[in-house]
Amino acid sequence: MDELNSLIAGFGVALSPFNLMLMLVGVVLGILIGVLPGLGGANGIAILLPLTFSMPPTSAIIMLSCIYWGALFGGAITSILFNIPGEPWSVATTFDGYPLAQRGEAGKALTAAFTSSFVGAFVATLVLTFLSPIVAGFALRFGPPEFFAVCLLTFCAFVGMSRDPPFKTIAAMMLGFGLAAVGQDPVSGTLRMTYGQVELLKGFDFLIAVIGLFGISEIIQTLEEGLSFRGANAKIRFKTVIDTWRELPRYWLTSLRSSAVGCFMGIVPGGATPASFMAYGVAQRMSKQPNDFGSSQRPQVEGVVAPETAAHAAGTSALLPMLTLGVPGSPTAAVLLGGLLIWGLQPGPMLFTEQKDFVWGLIASIYLGNIVGFIVVLAFVPYFAAILRIPFSIIAPVILAICAVGAFTVHTSIFDIYMMLIFGIIGYVFKKLDYPLAPLVLAIVLGDRTEESFRQAMLSSGGEVSVFFSNGLVGTLTGLALALFFWPFISRLMSRLKSSG
Amino acid sequence: MTPESQDKTVASNRSLEIITAAILFTLGLVMIVDSRRVGMAWADDGPQSGYFPFYVGLILCTACVINLVAALRDKAASEQAFLTHSQFKMVMALLVPTTVFVIIIKWTGIYLASILLISWFMRRLGGFSYLKTLVVSLGVSLSLFVMFEIWFKVPLPKGPIEAALGFV
Repeated sequence: MDELNSLIAGFGVALSPFNLMLMLVGVVLGILIGVLPGLGGANGIAILLPLTFSMPPTSAIIMLSCIYWGALFGGAITSILFNIPGEPWSVATTFDGYPLAQRGEAGKALTAAFTSSFVGAFVATLVLTFLSPIVAGFALRFGPPEFFAVCLLTFCAFVGMSRDPPFKTIAAMMLGFGLAAVGQDPVSGTLRMTYGQVELLKGFDFLIAVIGLFGISEIIQTLEEGLSFRGANAKIRFKTVIDTWRELPRYWLTSLRSSAVGCFMGIVPGGATPASFMAYGVAQRMSKQPNDFGSSQRPQVEGVVAPETAAHAAGTSALLPMLTLGVPGSPTAAVLLGGLLIWGLQPGPMLFTEQKDFVWGLIASIYLGNIVGFIVVLAFVPYFAAILRIPFSIIAPVILAICAVGAFTVHTSIFDIYMMLIFGIIGYVFKKLDYPLAPLVLAIVLGDRTEESFRQAMLSSGGEVSVFFSNGLVGTLTGLALALFFWPFISRLMSRLKSSG
Repeated sequence: MTPESQDKTVASNRSLEIITAAILFTLGLVMIVDSRRVGMAWADDGPQSGYFPFYVGLILCTACVINLVAALRDKAASEQAFLTHSQFKMVMALLVPTTVFVIIIKWTGIYLASILLISWFMRRLGGFSYLKTLVVSLGVSLSLFVMFEIWFKVPLPKGPIEAALGFV
C-alpha cells in the first residue's frame, strides 16, 4: 500500500492554507472560464500559465489543474440552461439537459450533472492513484522505440476514435507535425523551413496555437451564430438537490459504465469529447426507453448522467499518460505538460521517484479540488449563469484582449499575437469543416519528441522498421496503434460487406 | 426582399473544402521541398534533418488529395453554405477591428489598443452610451494593468501614454 502512504503525504502538501486558497481561486476561475464562450480549459490555462512562472511548481499545478476541474463543471451550466455547450465535451449534455431545463427541471438536471461529474472524476482519480505508479514503473524501461510507439498509439487513437473523417484527422495531425518541425531540428540543430525569417527560428509554440485555435475561433463562431443568450432559471433549491440525490443511485450501472468509458478514453487518448458521446450512446442503447433520450416530452436524467460522468472521468484520467509518460491525452493536459517543462520539471516516469511531493500533491489536490468545485458550483450556479447575461458586445472584445495578453506573455513577443489571430482563423475554418483541433495541437506539442524518438530508434536499428516489433512491449503498443488506425476503414468495410449481403 | 435573397451564400462548404485542401497540400509541398534541401537521406550520424518532415509532408499531401476528391464528389456540400451573407457581415465586423487591434499594439501598447477595441464593439455592435463604454473599457484595461504590471510583474507592450506616465 505504498500508494496510500504517498497519497497521505500528498494530502499534507495539498492541505496547506496557501494551496487551499489557490484551489478555490482555480475552481472559481475555471467555472468562469467554462461558462464564458471563447475561454475553455485549454486556452484558459494557457493564458494564465505565465502568471505562475514565479510560483512553486506544486502550487502552480494545483491552481491550474483546479481551473481544469472548474471548467469541466462550468461546461454543464451553459449546456443545460442555455443549450450552449460551453465546452465541446458538454455537447452531449445538451441533448437531455436542455429539454429538462425547459420543463422547469433545471435544478434537477444541474444537480444530476454536477453529481455525476463528481463521481466520474472520483473514479478516475482512484484509477490515477493506483494505476499511475504501475504505468510509471513500466515506463522506466522505455527506450526510444517504446516511446515512439506510445506517441504512435496516441495519434492513431485520434484517427480510430474520432467522429471526424479519418483523412481530415490525418491532415490536421500532419499540419501539426509540420509546424512542430519549423525551426531548429531537435537532434542536429539544423534550421528547417524558416526561409530566412528570424521570427520562425524558435518555431511555433503550441500555447499560442491553443489560444488562437480554441479562443479566437470560438468567439468568431459564437458571433456568427448571432446568439442571444436566453436561459432557464438557474436557482437550485435544497429540496431539489436531496430529491435528485435520492433518484441518482438508480443509475449506478450507467455511472459505472460511463466512468469506465471515460477512463479508457482519457488514457488512450480519445479525450473527453468522444467519451461523452460514447457514454451517451451506450446509456441510450442499454436503456429500457431508448426513444425518450433527447426527446422534449420525456427527457431522461440518465442522458445527463452518462456524458457528464464520462467527460469528467476522461478529463481527469488524461493526466495519467501526461504524468507517467510525458504524453498528454488531451489539449488541456498538453498545456499542463507545457507548464511542467516551464517550471523545470521533466514529465515522465522519473517524476514519480524524483518529485514525489509534486506528483502526490497534485493527485491529492484532484480529490480536494473536485470536492471544492462540487460545493462551489452547486451553491453559486445562479451567479455563474448570470455571466451569460452580460451582452456579447462586451464579452467578445474583453476576451479578445485577454487572449492577446495571454499570447504575448508566453514569450513576450508581439509576433505571437499575430500568430494567435492566424491560428484563430485556421481554427474557425477547421471547426466548420470538421477538421479536428485536438490532434493538431497534440502534434505540435509532441512533434519534436516523436521525431527524436523515431530517429533514435531508427539509428539504433540501422534503419530497420522491425525495431518497433522487436519485443513484446513495443510490439503490443505498435500493434494496438495500427489496429486503432485502421479501425475506421475496417468498420466501414465490414458494414459495406454486411449491406451487400 | 425575401429572406432567402437577403441571406445569399457567400461561399459554399464545398469551395471552402477545396481551398483548405489546396492550402494544406501546398504546405505539404513546402515541407517536402525543404526536406530535400536539408537532406532526407542517411548520414553517418543517422537519418538527416529532412527525414521525418519529408514523410510528414508526403502523408499530408496524400490526405489532402483524398479530402479534395471527397469534396469534389460531394454534390450536397456545394449547396450547403459555409457562410451566408449576414453571417459573413458578422464575422467581418469581428475580424476587421480585431486585426486592426492586433496591428496597432506595436505602437499604442496593449492597454490603449484594448480600450479602443472594447469601445468599438460596445458602441458599434452593442449601442452602449459613451459613458458606459468609457467606464467598461477603461476599467478592463486598468485591471489588466494592475494585475500584470503591478501584481505579477509581467510587463506587457506599452505605448507613448504609459511612457509619459513613467512606466517603461
